[in-house]
Amino acid sequence: MASIGKRDYSLIGAESRRAVERGLSQAQWYRTDVSRKRMKELMHRRNGPAIRDTLLWLGLLVLFAGLGVYLWFSVWSLLCFAVYGVLYGSASDARWHECGHGTAFKTRWMNTVVYNIACFMIMRDPTVWRWSHARHHTDTIIVGRDPEIVAQRPPALGHIAADVLGLFAVPQAFKHMAIHSSRRLTAEEATFVPDTERPRTYWTARIWLLIYAAVVVACVMSRSILPAMVIGLPRMYGAWHHIMTGLTQHSGLADDVTDHRLNSRTVYMNPFSRFVYWNMNYHVEHHMFPMVPFHALPALHAEIKDDLPTPAPSIAAAFGEFMPVLLRQRRDPEYFLQRKLPDRADAVGSTS
Amino acid sequence: MPNWIVACGIDDVDNEDVIPFEHDGCQYAIYRSPDDMYYATDGSCTHEHALLADGLVMDHIIECPKHNGRFDYRTGEGKGAPIRVNLKTYPTRVQDGTVSINLAASE
Repeated sequence: MASIGKRDYSLIGAESRRAVERGLSQAQWYRTDVSRKRMKELMHRRNGPAIRDTLLWLGLLVLFAGLGVYLWFSVWSLLCFAVYGVLYGSASDARWHECGHGTAFKTRWMNTVVYNIACFMIMRDPTVWRWSHARHHTDTIIVGRDPEIVAQRPPALGHIAADVLGLFAVPQAFKHMAIHSSRRLTAEEATFVPDTERPRTYWTARIWLLIYAAVVVACVMSRSILPAMVIGLPRMYGAWHHIMTGLTQHSGLADDVTDHRLNSRTVYMNPFSRFVYWNMNYHVEHHMFPMVPFHALPALHAEIKDDLPTPAPSIAAAFGEFMPVLLRQRRDPEYFLQRKLPDRADAVGSTS
Repeated sequence: MPNWIVACGIDDVDNEDVIPFEHDGCQYAIYRSPDDMYYATDGSCTHEHALLADGLVMDHIIECPKHNGRFDYRTGEGKGAPIRVNLKTYPTRVQDGTVSINLAASE
């Protein structure tokens, strides 16, 4: 293992240029061999599963928000908002993601509508994050190229812990809304958002700020925090689930490799988390074949699992695997978890 | 001057599907539409060069396997982000059970 020391994860620094020079950007990635016929079956788009899940999701949101408001202020209302918060501040993360890929629904406008609703809830600009996520898939965990590396080396554990309640992400989101509303992007965003897409970002930020201003006014007028408990705050008090599941995706694994089996993690999860997370626990499979919709990921997993590392058997097991690695990386940033590949599998790419 | 090149047999590509075709070191994609028409485009996505033959054909749309960028493969028109550049298309003809593409006449 070569020395890496403390690295520059910004998209505009020396590491970014170095990744391009080393051929790590827009590289060819390892893919398990799956017949075209089977891939077509797995990629097949359907509306049914996403409509069912979305009606359930929206129905539960209305139900628990309604109960929370009706029972306000009591222990029962707080319990209702605890559930509502996860559906708002965490399930929106998975809906943003899957609809951004355009694979959740067969019908295009349904993806667009749910994508925009989810983006508002999770406070991610629909345009910026669409391009950010495209980069994440092109250059997954390539230092200096991937804007979505959560656990860097050494990991900012305080920052990650704060985001369990959105304490970093939410102020950051409002800062970005303020920047965008004044017709600007950050320097990093400007590296991946094309000029033609930017006006959409500016207008989205202005509309969102108006909505949040209306929520603040409603709180002041009613002398109650209740309006913000329904819109805005659930992005904080309900964020813990998406932070928990998101951390399992890549934490502690290799960077600068071109094989998703080495830098991504598949985790078996309980049905509730899989509903909230829309099956993104099959994360190696998703990165290797992003065209496969969430509802077909279990079948894709069954198809290719013999070529993948053994999945973590639970969320707790995944944390048990990567948390000691993250803790050690605080003093030893070169350390990472070297995935054991099945015997018949050949890894490609470097581990720098 | 037309430059017709035989790309495949008419049954080599399934209905509503795509196959790759390589000629002179260049990649092309050959499509068969749901109404049994044949079309040809450049083989790589204009966004980040993923091979379109690994993508998904839905009606007259080819969706790139990498970032789900979409094109109308009949015209090459990109259908929104992340696609910013249209796809080059080529005339096709069906003759004697084969599909040929005219590489001299990209559109």
